[in-house]
Amino acid sequence: MENSFKKILSLVSVAAFALSASTVRADDCADDTVKVGILHSLSGTMAISETSLRDVLLFTFDEINASGGVLGKMIEPVEADGASDWPTFAEKAEELLAKDEASAVFGCWTSVSRKFVLPVFEKYNGLLFYPVQYEGEEESPNIFYTAEAVGQQAIPAVDYLLEEGYTKFYLIGTDYVYPQTTNIVLFEYLLSKGIPVENIGGGIRYEGDVAVSAGNYTPFGHTDFQQIVAEIKDFAASGDACVVNTINGDANVPFFKEIAASGLTSDDCPIVSFSLSEDEFRGLPTKDLVGHLGCWTYFMSIDSPANDSFKANFQSWLANDAPAAVAKEGRVTCSPMVLSYNGVYLWKAAVEKAGTFDTDAVIAALEGGISFDGPGGTVTTQKNHHLTKSVYIGETLEDGQFEILEVMPDVYGEPWLKGTF
Amino acid sequence: MAPGRAVPDALSQSRRLIAQAKVMKFSTEMKKEMGILCLVTGLLMLIPLFNAVGPESGPLSVSAFQVSLWGKYLTYAVLAMSLNLLWGYTGLLCLCQSLFFALGGYAMGMYLMLMIGERGAYKSVLPDFMVFLGYQKLPLHWEPFYNFAFTVAAVLWVPGLLAFVFGFLAFRSRIKGVYFSILTQALTYAACLMFFRNDFTFGGNNGFTDFKDILGCNINSDATIRGLFIATTALMVCTYLITSGLLASKLGKVQQAIRDSENRVLFSGYSTTSFKLMIFVLSAMIAGAAGALYVPQVGGINPSAMEAAKSLEVVVWVAVGGRGTKWGPVIGAILVNFIKSYTTHAFPDYWLIIMGGMFVCVVLFMPDGIVGVFKQAKSYFARQRSLETTAA
Repeated sequence: MENSFKKILSLVSVAAFALSASTVRADDCADDTVKVGILHSLSGTMAISETSLRDVLLFTFDEINASGGVLGKMIEPVEADGASDWPTFAEKAEELLAKDEASAVFGCWTSVSRKFVLPVFEKYNGLLFYPVQYEGEEESPNIFYTAEAVGQQAIPAVDYLLEEGYTKFYLIGTDYVYPQTTNIVLFEYLLSKGIPVENIGGGIRYEGDVAVSAGNYTPFGHTDFQQIVAEIKDFAASGDACVVNTINGDANVPFFKEIAASGLTSDDCPIVSFSLSEDEFRGLPTKDLVGHLGCWTYFMSIDSPANDSFKANFQSWLANDAPAAVAKEGRVTCSPMVLSYNGVYLWKAAVEKAGTFDTDAVIAALEGGISFDGPGGTVTTQKNHHLTKSVYIGETLEDGQFEILEVMPDVYGEPWLKGTF
Repeated sequence: MAPGRAVPDALSQSRRLIAQAKVMKFSTEMKKEMGILCLVTGLLMLIPLFNAVGPESGPLSVSAFQVSLWGKYLTYAVLAMSLNLLWGYTGLLCLCQSLFFALGGYAMGMYLMLMIGERGAYKSVLPDFMVFLGYQKLPLHWEPFYNFAFTVAAVLWVPGLLAFVFGFLAFRSRIKGVYFSILTQALTYAACLMFFRNDFTFGGNNGFTDFKDILGCNINSDATIRGLFIATTALMVCTYLITSGLLASKLGKVQQAIRDSENRVLFSGYSTTSFKLMIFVLSAMIAGAAGALYVPQVGGINPSAMEAAKSLEVVVWVAVGGRGTKWGPVIGAILVNFIKSYTTHAFPDYWLIIMGGMFVCVVLFMPDGIVGVFKQAKSYFARQRSLETTAA
C-alpha cells in the first residue's frame, strides 16, 4: 500500500506541476517599461550567426533607453532561445506574444524559422522584424522585412558583373528555398538581359517547358566540391565567366579551399557570395576569399559619420555595458546586424509617430513610410513591408573587410520577383 | 473413498487456491493501476476544462498557448512510451523513433496542406511550395490525402510498413544490440537527407507550415486546440492500456524474456524474430499516431524532425523518467520538455548547462530514472531500519 501511495503522490506532484505551470504568468508590466522580444538561436547550429544579432539588439535597446526610451518608456528586452529548432521557434514566439505580450519581436534568421513563426504572429496580431537577406515570395501583414530582398542583393550584383563585361554565369547554392529562389530569379533576369541559356552554368531543370530550377545544389554541410570546382574551371576557361554563390554556412570553407587549390583566382573568375559577411569571416579562412565579391546593404568599411559613431558606440558598449554572456573579443559589424539595429529604430519612430504601442497603429505608421538614417545610409519603409535602401558591392580584403567598389542608392525592396522578367 | 485419491484432490485444491490468489492479486494490482490512470486522465482534463470555462486571469486561468504546449508535451510522452515498449521491455534500443513520429506527422501535414486550398500565398489549389517549384498539378501520391480517413490510415501504415520491412531484414539477419541501434540511426539519417531535397515533393527544408483547417475547424481556434489536446490524452491512455495489456499477456512475457536473454527464448522454441517484428511495428505505429497529433498542435513540420539527434532526445526522456516502467517515459518526456520550455525563456544563455547538469545527475544518482528513486529510497530506508534493529 505504501508503494502505491508513493506512486500516487508522484503522479499528483506531476499534475500539480502541470497546473502550476499554467498559472505561471508574467508579472504585469510596470507602467514605465515596454516589453520587446528577442527571438534568435543562442544554441545549436545557427547560434554562430544569430548570437551576434541578439548582441546588437541588446546594444540598441541600451542605446535607446539611455536617450530616454520610447514614448517615455524604457525598453525591457525579453530573450528567448529558438535553439536552431523550428518548433521551438514557434513555441517561443507564442510565449513572447501570449505570455509576455511583447509589443514587437526582433528575430529569426533562417527562412524555415520565419515560416514556422509566421502563423503565430498572424494569430496573435504580433509584430516581427526580420533582419536577414531572404528569398521574397512572402508578405505577411505582421512581419516587416528589414533585410535585402533578391532585388537588393542578387540583381544589383549581377548588374555590376554585367557592366564589368562578364557574359557567363555559374550558379551554385545549398539546396533550400533561398538559393533556389534567388537562382531562378537570376536565371530569368539573365535571359532578359540577353545572356543565352548555354552561358548559364550549374544545370537547369525543366518541368514541361518551364524552367523550375537553375543552378547546382549541394546539401547543408557539403564538403566534397572537387567535381563541381572542376566543372567551374571548365566553364571559366573562356575567361569571361563568374560564379554566383548562395552556399550557406560551413560548406563555404571546403568550397573556397577547393577553388584556391584548383588555381582559379578572382581575376580568372570572380565569385560573388550573398551569405558571407564580415561576421562570417571571423570563422572562415579569408585568405582563400581575397579578391572575391560580396553584395550587401551595409559594409563595416563604409566611411560615414553615422557608421563611425555606430561602430564606436557598439565597441564601447561591448567594453563597458554588455552582459556577461556576450562575447567581447574581435567583434565586427555586418549587414544583418545593422538591419536589426535599423529595425529597432524604425519601430521606435513608428511608435512615436502613432503615439501608441498598439500593433495596428504601429503597422499603419510603418506602412505610411518612415525613414531612418542608419549606419548603411538612409532606409525607408514601404507599403509592402520591405525597405528602400542603398546597395553596396565590395571586394574581400585579407583582413576580412570589404573594399567598396560600387554604391547603388535607394533600391526599392520587391519580394515578388519570380516570373517578372 | 480410496485413500489414494485424497492426495491429487488436495493437490488440485491447493492449485486452485493459488490460482485464485493470483487472480485476486492481479485484480487488485489492476484496480490500483486503473485508479492511477483515471486520476492522471482526470487531472489532464482539467487543462482544457479551465481553458473553456475558467477565469480569464488569475492562478486558475489556462491560456490556449498553455493547452497547445501541454498537448505537445503529451505527444512527446506517447513517443517516449513507444520507445519504452522497444527499449524498456524488449531490449531493442531503436534510434529512429523520431523518424516514425515524423512520418506520421508528414502524413497528417499533407492532409493539412491540402486543406489550405486557395488561401495560400499564390491563391492556388496546390500547396505554395509546389507552385514555387513549378508543379502544374498535384503529384499522384498526394491525391488520396484529401481524404481524412485515408490520412489517418496512412499515419499508421506508413511508419508500420517501414518498420516491418526494415525490422524483417534486420531481425532475420540476427542484427541486435548496438548494431541494431547504429542501423536505425543510419536509416533516420538517410530519410532526413531525402526529405531535405526540394524535388522529393515534400517541401524540402521549409517543410509544411501555415495550416488553416482540420476537419473543417479553424486550427487556431481555442475549441480546436482543446479538441486536439483531448485527442492526445486519449491516445496516451490507449497507449498505456496497450502497453499494460501486452505486459500482462503471454506475448508480453516472451517480450521481456527476449530482453533478458534472447538466446534462451530462441532455444526454448520461440521465433524471436516474429515477436520482435510485431513489437517494432506496433511501436512505430504508436509513434506515427503521436506525430500526427503533434503537427497540428505545433503548426508545422520539416525534415529536422527526423534528424538523428531527435531520436536521441527521446532516449534521454525515457532514461530520465525510468526505462522499463509504465509511467517513467511519460514523466521523463513531460519533465524534460517542461524544463526546456522554461529555461530557454528564463535563462536563454545557460539552459543547455542546466539541462546537461540535470542529465549528468540522473545518470550518476538515479540509475533507474525518476521513477526508480522511490524504489531506491524505499530500499535505503529498509536498510536503515534493519541497521537500527541490529544495533538495538
